[in-house]
Amino acid sequence: MSTVLPVIQPGPQVNGGIDFDEKLAAYGLELRASSVDTLQINVGKLCNQACKHCHVDAGPSRTEIMTSETVEQVLAAIRRFKIPIVDITGGAPELNPSFRYLVPECRSLGCHVIVRHNLTVMFQPGQDDLPQFFREYKIEVVSSLPYFLQQQTDAQRGRGVFEKSIEALHRLNAVGYGVENSELILNLVYNPVGAFLPPTQQSIEADFKRELMHRYGICFNRLFTITNMPIRRFLDYLRRSGNEERYMRKLIEAFNPATVDGLMCRNLVSVDWTGRLYDCDFNQMLDLGVARELPQTIADFNPEKFAGRRVMTGSHCFGCTAGAGSSCGGAVTIE
Amino acid sequence: MTYYEEDDLQRFAEIGKHRPDLFEKFMTWYQACQEEGALSRREKALIGLAVAHALQCPYCIDAFSQSCLEAGSNMEQMTEAIHMASAIRGGAALIHGLQSHNSVNRVSM
Repeated sequence: MSTVLPVIQPGPQVNGGIDFDEKLAAYGLELRASSVDTLQINVGKLCNQACKHCHVDAGPSRTEIMTSETVEQVLAAIRRFKIPIVDITGGAPELNPSFRYLVPECRSLGCHVIVRHNLTVMFQPGQDDLPQFFREYKIEVVSSLPYFLQQQTDAQRGRGVFEKSIEALHRLNAVGYGVENSELILNLVYNPVGAFLPPTQQSIEADFKRELMHRYGICFNRLFTITNMPIRRFLDYLRRSGNEERYMRKLIEAFNPATVDGLMCRNLVSVDWTGRLYDCDFNQMLDLGVARELPQTIADFNPEKFAGRRVMTGSHCFGCTAGAGSSCGGAVTIE
Repeated sequence: MTYYEEDDLQRFAEIGKHRPDLFEKFMTWYQACQEEGALSRREKALIGLAVAHALQCPYCIDAFSQSCLEAGSNMEQMTEAIHMASAIRGGAALIHGLQSHNSVNRVSM
């Protein structure tokens, strides 16, 4: 489905109160999970950056952080249920004191480990060996870089972030990340720098590959396009800038039923810094826990009970179903 | 009262009220033009932005500015497209200066 059609096309009249589940029902769809293959662990809201679009509201002054006791509960669940993929996020997950314990433990349990690494945390005290650490444990690194130019990147992520990000990417490339024929995977994330939808993933990935190589000699594996979710800090921006109604209308009008099968909530369970369970990281930030009839914490987690579960939804879910769709792994449908 | 209302863009389909058959034909053609073909969607969005400026249509400028962003264009590229439209429009005005010269020469000694 195109996301670039100019909006002169006549569409349904949109009102602010449109219900996501009703929209699904209109297409004969219902959002239910399949089996759980990924545990996304949000180890806390502490971050060295305070990006303008951050759905976590993360930043340097946040104190919510997963304790070592909760980390052990998470590891116990991974061990017991042999969860194949672990996706570690934050904040900047590297700033959690248990991070360098959690990662090797997950690897020793046979998990594929993804770390959502913001690049600039590498320049924080005691973090300069992160490229070597990632390499040692063959971590899949996923890093946000909203654009290949400084102006857009710094506008979203803070002054000076682009320059540091480029240096961090050089360091990752230097240890083999994102390099051709290397098994070390470096994927980048594109977020629109404003209240608009992402371009098609293939086209913007080609631009990033060409421009980052040409301008800076940087290479990477894949670029994931992720839609900005109308929650928390990005919602604040939408309201401040007078874009909320227009952005929501855009998301709703771009609803694409073909994305529903591939939504990340169908294969993922999210755990927060306290050990509470959610259908996704966005629901986590809205305090929208898993369905009441399910175990609510990682200590009681059982994937069999979560397979086929009803996914909790809200109007923010239109962010994941707009256009080509959006997930932690980028576009859901590839044109 | 202002002549242009932002919300009118969403009411575009009302143009079809009195001749829906003609509007339907227009929309089919219009949408087919947007599809990826020999030109990419991004190229088409930039052409749309340039034409919108040449026509000075505020609805089209708004719509195609968004389309360009969502096709992955940046402000540098969009500004170049706007300059192209403006330069051609300026050149088209300027070349008509020869009409003026011709007219003057016709009656001059």
